[in-house]
Formats: sequence, structure tokens, C-alpha cells
Amino acid sequence: MSEPILDVKNLKVHFDIRPSGAMPWTKSRKLKAVDGVDFKLFPGETLGIVGESGCGKSTLARAVIRMIPAADGTVVMFGRDVLGMGKRELQDVRKSFQMIFQDPLASLNPRMTIGEIIAEPLLTHFPKTPKAEAQARVREMMEKVGLLPNLVNRYPHEFSGGQCQRIGIARALVLRPKLIICDEPVSALDVSIQAQVVNLLKDLQAEMGLSLIFIAHDLSVVKHISDRVMVLYLGRAAEVAPAAEIYANPRHPYTQALISAVPIPDPHRTQEPELLAGDLPSPLDPPSGCVFRTRCRKAQAHCAEVRPELEGPEEGHQVACHYPD
Amino acid sequence: MVIDQTKMADLADNLAQMDEVKGRSLWQDARQRFFHNKAAVGGLICLTLVVLFAIIGPYFAVWSNEEIDWAIIGNAATMGAPSIANGHYFGVDDLGRDLYSRVIQGTQISLMVGIVGASISVVVGTLYGATAGYFGGRLDGAMMRTVDILMSIPYMFVLILLLVIFGRSISLLFIGIGLISWLDMSRIVRGQTLTIKNKEFVEAALATGVSSFTIIRRHIIPNLLGVVAVYATLLVPLMILTESFISFLGLGVQEPNTSWGALISEGAGTMQYGTIWQLGFPLFFFVVTLFSFFFIGDGLRDALDPKDR
Ligand code: SF4
Repeated sequence: MSEPILDVKNLKVHFDIRPSGAMPWTKSRKLKAVDGVDFKLFPGETLGIVGESGCGKSTLARAVIRMIPAADGTVVMFGRDVLGMGKRELQDVRKSFQMIFQDPLASLNPRMTIGEIIAEPLLTHFPKTPKAEAQARVREMMEKVGLLPNLVNRYPHEFSGGQCQRIGIARALVLRPKLIICDEPVSALDVSIQAQVVNLLKDLQAEMGLSLIFIAHDLSVVKHISDRVMVLYLGRAAEVAPAAEIYANPRHPYTQALISAVPIPDPHRTQEPELLAGDLPSPLDPPSGCVFRTRCRKAQAHCAEVRPELEGPEEGHQVACHYPD
Repeated sequence: MVIDQTKMADLADNLAQMDEVKGRSLWQDARQRFFHNKAAVGGLICLTLVVLFAIIGPYFAVWSNEEIDWAIIGNAATMGAPSIANGHYFGVDDLGRDLYSRVIQGTQISLMVGIVGASISVVVGTLYGATAGYFGGRLDGAMMRTVDILMSIPYMFVLILLLVIFGRSISLLFIGIGLISWLDMSRIVRGQTLTIKNKEFVEAALATGVSSFTIIRRHIIPNLLGVVAVYATLLVPLMILTESFISFLGLGVQEPNTSWGALISEGAGTMQYGTIWQLGFPLFFFVVTLFSFFFIGDGLRDALDPKDR
């Protein structure tokens, strides 16, 4: 297999949490938002990252592109060490990745026109781009994402949510990046529009050879777009597998619960969806051993003592559980 | 059914070449809402009239603001009432000086104090507050504690002391008012910056690698300006009031210059002799202007309120 464009190893992100009104000498507590995650992303591939809100999936994505400082681990992007590089080099690498955000309207500055918004990354990295060329690029991108180019002088509040997300995508594409991180790009949209946006991303990926990291909080959304899926639970990877494999043969009890919660249009479905009992435990003091054991239906004494590591063939089906199916 | 290929192509061409649609910015929306607000428009008209009076008024004056009308001096109560005939449209003051000219002069000074004070506060307060709010952390702590300390100083007391020690001068008054006016503004701006900073469009700019300075200038400040504009219009009358208060105490502008506060103070002193116009005219302009500013500020707030969007 070719070289991965992104290779993340043992990435950890910790936040210091201070109770409000604490004295300066009180020790702050460590919140382990991401606690040792590894993954690889290959050119042209889509990695879906799934988990409940609060599982650290957005934090993971932001740590990868150094918007949040990582506590430990390495991130190698296009063969360069992202976490160790200086400001200049980081700025250079930033040309090749972009991000798409959850709330389409909030991710667009309400005081700027669509044209200005889409042109921003271009003019940030190539300030000397002639005006006409920048204009042409903006129009080209607008056409690519299915917007009429004559709307360049409009403002974000004049568009619908789906259109705003298209603008966000156009902004992400204008530099022709190789990697796009989509942070729940469709969660705030209507279901009918979700499909449109997902399909648009898929088409663009094929056309421009993009690699995508696609974050979502339920498995059904990533199903159509992902090549591989990583299920995250409380800052740890529970299961990583090719998309088809994970849907057909989930091995981690958490993944199984998530999949059975996905509505299936099948009237003869016999199996009752198994619902997850309880809430996500606080990441401030995660359960000992396997972090999932408080909600796991197969938990045994051993699970509380030894933390299961992600096991299985690399690029294949990996699962972090002592008693997988 | 056969679709006429050329026609379709033409249509596509037409669509592509259609004139660019001009978008309506939030500012344009706000302007429209503002002009639908009767009180605000009324305030704007009154204020325009006052400003015009201060600018054009001098061309109609028969007397200057320093000249003493020797024919009237000493008899202000009986002969000094407003009259068109002798050129004292607003009457004369206690010393026989033309009140019309003096009111114009006072209006100029008072408006100037208000506008200069508000401008300083807008420029300094916005930059200071946006910087503190955007960078946060220790810098924010240090900058905001400085503001707290400056705020806890009884500035009126200090200002009066300064005026007493260094003598009354209009520039000292400007400096004094300018120094205090930006404190509140910087607090308000900082609070707003904290909210805007967490919006996703700032995150998007950060992810792209836009520099901090550009983010403040391009993404934070334009989104702050609504609040700043509202607060600035409410600040102008506050500055005028401060100046008037100091002038009322007799410490503000120096003769022969005057301001509304000084005029009102003089007028109030001679009220019991029946020269009510000496109080009435400056007070009228003072009140009209203050009300106008408050109504405009209110109108702006309604027009720019993001909740209406
Ligand atoms: S290790 Fe134990 S508790 Fe954790 S998922 Fe597997 S069976 Fe459940």
C-alpha cells in the first residue's frame, strides 16, 4: 500500500480543569479528552470517526491539525511531523488541509460576502494573487459545489443551511487541498439535505482525489462515504475496520450497540435494538480497565483490571476488547 | 421529447452571465430598520438641525460672542430680552453679550467635547478590548485589571484637581475626558470579543492560518461594530454631560469661550432676576441634543440587534 498521508500515533490531548472559584494553588485535574489514539489515512481514502458527543472526536481532529495542543504522540502529515514543526512550516502545511464545520451559518462571517469568504484561504496563503484570478477561482469553486457564481456578492444570511455548507466546502476547496477534515458537516442539516451534501463531498473527493476525515455522531451518516470507520469511546478507539466489515460484522460491544440503534427499514426485523444503558461516564475520572465496562453487557471482572488494547491486523479489523464476538 | 440542445446551452450561458446579484449586507438591513423607527429618525433630524445651527448660525449673527452691547449692559432684565430688532435673537446675557452668538459657541464646544470623547473611546476602547478578549489568558488578565484600577479612581475628583492645579484649559479637559471615556467601552468590547472568538468562522480562519492581527481586524471588529456604534451614540451625551458638569462648577472652558454647561450655570444664577431666556435657550439646545442622541442610540440598538435576524 502507498504511503499514508496522515499517520497519527498514540495521540493524547489533556485539558486542565479547574473547579470554578478554585484557589491558585489547588491542583487542576486532568481531563483526558483523547487518550492514545492511532490511525492512518491513505490518499483518496475516507476515514469516518464516530462516537457520542463528548467522546473526543472533534478534539482529536483539532489536535491533528494543531489547533489544540497535543499532550503526547506524533502526527505525521505528508511525511512531515506536524506537532514538532515551527510556525513557518506549519503555515506551509496548512495549504494542503482544510476543515469543514458543523454549523454552516456560524462558520461564515456574517459581515463578509460569499466571494470574500471563499477567497480568504487563497489570499491568506497567496496574498499576491491578482484580483481577476482570485475571482475566477472563487467562481470555479462555486460552480463545483453547485452554487450559481453570480451570487458572489451575497451575504451568508441570505442562504439556507445546505447552501451555507456548500459555501463552507467551496472555501475548503479553493486551495485544492489534499486532506479535508469534516467535523460533523451534516449534523445541523435536514435529512434530505444531508444526503445532498454527503454526495457532493463524495463526488468532489473522486474528482479532486481528496482524503477525508469525516466525523459524525452516528454510524448511518458515515456509512455511505467512509472507506474505513473508527469508533471512538471516551477518548479511546474501540474498533477500527473497513466500513463494510464494521457494519456486517461489528465485534466491539459498543459498536454493536451503535449499529443496532441505526434504524433499518425492515418490517421483519426480529432483533430488538439493544439500547445503551446509562450515560457516558465523566472523562474526568474514566472507569478503570476498559473505559466501556460501565455500560457493557459483556463486562467481566477482568475488564475492570486490564485495559484492552486495539488488536488485529493493521489496515484490517482491529478491536479493543477482551471478549469480542 | 427532444430537448433543444442549443437552447439549453443558451440558457446555461445566460444564467452564467447574468449580472452579479448584489447582496444585502447586515448593515443595509440595519439601516432600513433604523429608518423605520420614528423616534430615531426624529432624533436624527433634531440633531442635524442642532449641528447645522452650530455651523451656519454664525453667518446670521449680528454680534460676536465677545462684544458687549453697551446700550443694554446693566439693564439686561428690562432691555435684554430676545428681539429681532436689535439683533439679539436670543437676548443678551448678564454682561450684555449676545446670547445667540454665545449659544452657538457653546454648542460648538459641547458637541466637540462629546464627539472627541466618544471617538477616543471608540478607537482606544475597541482596540484595547478586542486585543484583551482575543488573546485571553494572562494578557487579558493584566489588561483588564489595569482597567479596573483606572476605573476605581474617582476621575471627577482627579480631573477637578488637575484643572485647579494646571489652570483651566480646554485641551486639558479633552485629555481628561478622553482618558476615562474608553474604560467602559473596552469592557463591553472585550465581552463581545469573547463571544465572537468562539464562533466557528474564527475557528475556520485559524485553521486556514490567518494571522491573529488579521482575524481581529477582519473577523472580530466588523462583528463588534454594531455594539460599538450603539454605545458610542450613548457615550456622546455622557461626555457632554461630564463637560457640562465641570463647566457648571466653573472649572471647564475659559471665557470668552463657553459651553452649554457654563451657559446654563450662568443662566441659572440670574434666573431670579427675570431673565429666564438666559437659562432657557442653552437648556433647550442641551436637552434637545441629549434626547436626540438617546433616541438615535435606541434606534441603532433595535436596528442592529442580532436577535431580530
Ligand atoms: S473489554 Fe470487557 S468491558 Fe470492555 S468492551 Fe470488551 S467485554 Fe466490554
